[in-house]
Amino acid sequence: MTGRRWLRGLRARLLVAFLTVTVLGAAAAAWASARSASTALVDGEQRRISETIVGQVRTVTPQLAYPPDRPALDRLRTVVGEDTVVGYRGLRSADGAETRLVTPALRSAVRARGRTVTQRITAADGRPWLLVGMPIVRTAPNGARTPSGIELYAVRSLGGVEVQIDDLSRSAARTVALTLPLAALLALVAARSVLRPVRELRDTARRLADGDLDARTSPGGADEVAQLTVTINEMADAIQTSMTEMQRMQADAERFVADVSHELRTPLSTLTAVTSVLAIAADGADPDAREAVELAIAETDRLVRLVEDLIEVSRFDAGTAVRREEPVDVVAAVRDCLGARGWADQVDLVAPDAPVVRLDRRRLDVIVANLVGNALRHGGPPVRVEVTATPQELQIAVTDGGPGLPADVAERVFDRFYKADAARARTPGSGLGLSIARENARLHRGELTAGNAAGGGARFVLRLPRDQGSEAAPCTPPTSSPAPEDR
Amino acid sequence: MAAILLVEDDPLVRRGLQLALSRHGHDVRTSDSGEQGLEQFRASTPDLVVLDLMLPGIDGFEVCRRIRDAGDVPVIIITAKGDDFDVVGGLEAGADDYVVKPAQPSVLDARIRAVLRRSGGDTGDLLVHRDLRIDAAALSVSLRGEPVTLTPTEMRLLLTLARSPGQVFSRQQLLEEVWEHDYLGDSRLVDNCVQRLRAKIETSPATPEYVETVRGFGYRFARR
Repeated sequence: MTGRRWLRGLRARLLVAFLTVTVLGAAAAAWASARSASTALVDGEQRRISETIVGQVRTVTPQLAYPPDRPALDRLRTVVGEDTVVGYRGLRSADGAETRLVTPALRSAVRARGRTVTQRITAADGRPWLLVGMPIVRTAPNGARTPSGIELYAVRSLGGVEVQIDDLSRSAARTVALTLPLAALLALVAARSVLRPVRELRDTARRLADGDLDARTSPGGADEVAQLTVTINEMADAIQTSMTEMQRMQADAERFVADVSHELRTPLSTLTAVTSVLAIAADGADPDAREAVELAIAETDRLVRLVEDLIEVSRFDAGTAVRREEPVDVVAAVRDCLGARGWADQVDLVAPDAPVVRLDRRRLDVIVANLVGNALRHGGPPVRVEVTATPQELQIAVTDGGPGLPADVAERVFDRFYKADAARARTPGSGLGLSIARENARLHRGELTAGNAAGGGARFVLRLPRDQGSEAAPCTPPTSSPAPEDR
Repeated sequence: MAAILLVEDDPLVRRGLQLALSRHGHDVRTSDSGEQGLEQFRASTPDLVVLDLMLPGIDGFEVCRRIRDAGDVPVIIITAKGDDFDVVGGLEAGADDYVVKPAQPSVLDARIRAVLRRSGGDTGDLLVHRDLRIDAAALSVSLRGEPVTLTPTEMRLLLTLARSPGQVFSRQQLLEEVWEHDYLGDSRLVDNCVQRLRAKIETSPATPEYVETVRGFGYRFARR
């Protein structure tokens, strides 16, 4: 798999291309030079053989009786060499072992042209031969030259030349082979110089993808890769700018929520104070006025809870939420939580263990209260709280007897202001309770999940590690509160 | 019926709390700044001060410190909801208890009454532990014959611990006994009060000989 990927890589492709070009070029050059050298060799050898024969013939012809008889033809053959045959009309000299190679085409060419003709052939066994055909010319004492009618055919081996040509081809092939490692080396160097900026770009892109928006590559040179580097740097700049802008806008939005929530506290303080006076005064009033006062009190309470939750959410957003740990008897804490809210009779508390865990008692109370409150409001009886513990983990599961959560609701139930049922939008909760519960779980390095019990009801499970490493506590000092006007 | 001084800069909140606390039977005087609050404190000597920490001019922390320096009148501070800096700062300045904004008058009234109960007389016995003499009836303490001024909260904490030497009290128990808080009481109230108490009665607060820390559990009065 990796091998195939490597083969598709730039380095491998560059290497293959480089080697192919080099080998083809070297082979073509070697082939061309070997070819012309061998042609020259063969031509030279051919000329030498022809000239030798002509010279030999010339030494004999003046003594040649005319018309020749068989012994004269044999003499002539003996002078020229073993593999020779001489003929005059119907008369033929003795012939050699290889003279059968003389082709009819050569004979007819000699007769037709009346001069020396050569032909190169390859015998059936693959050996190369040179055939020389020559009409003997008679020179009269006055210098007139007339054809004598004698024909001489000689067969000469070209094996020696062949060996030389083979040597030549081998050395050419060796040269080509020698260029291969050199070409590979050059290809690797070239690939490296091309690939280094590409690899740097890849590393930069990876860092960008991992969220390091300061990652850049310094562009070197003016080639296409350098242009690409510049483009990618520009892209990173653009992303960084818009990310910074988005973070600023988000921080602004969070700060706005925090500021608004804090500002709302002052009028709410007045409202909270006076509604209690109103409640006392309304005791003697008529029913309408009393109902109006009760509504004002209820809505003020709701507003107070909403603002408290908003402030808590902004604290989580700003990272200023702090965990205040102490050893907590978890079962007692859950019992207190249920008792303080009058839920003890509506909830089954199942607790086989009695773990004492270091955690933030108030935040645990918030989590349990939100889960149980949610189960009582949206689920159905019976509501059950199970507290179990292992040496590593504390687990609190809240199960209700309702219809359970549809899959899409289970995913979104921790979203802020998420309402599963639009028709029941006006519930006593702020819409932030489960979101705050999950944030509190995470502040303890734990997790809060929503799902369904085997029996069908909704089941929320809180898991907290029992070893709350001190490094997990946000160390942001509370002085960096999102509401500077408080201080 | 207690004479209460309410220091709060926002006029509507001030008036609202005054109306509500009056309904709960208290005699409420008000001030709108730290300076005016301190002036009125000296002039009227209230039973208790309810103090908003966010004040223009001299802030609530400073006002609290000066009231503490001037004597043992209890102080309840009003803090921004759960703002740890306010809570810790206020307690270090010597506040006896705190309520969070927006303050429920019923909660505030309950805290006021709990604090004032601590100033009340006790079953009159005399506790003597080495150099420390605690007169539970007169609510007075002396160390090697020298009188020690304790706030009602410090006094109640000392009495609770000293009545059962050797018994370990958890912070939660002390919160319920001394501060009358519910199960979610803030244990920093206890820790802070113990520190202030040690500063007054221990020769060396770092190595206490009366109020001992039991790590992971709480506090106890040394038996010896």
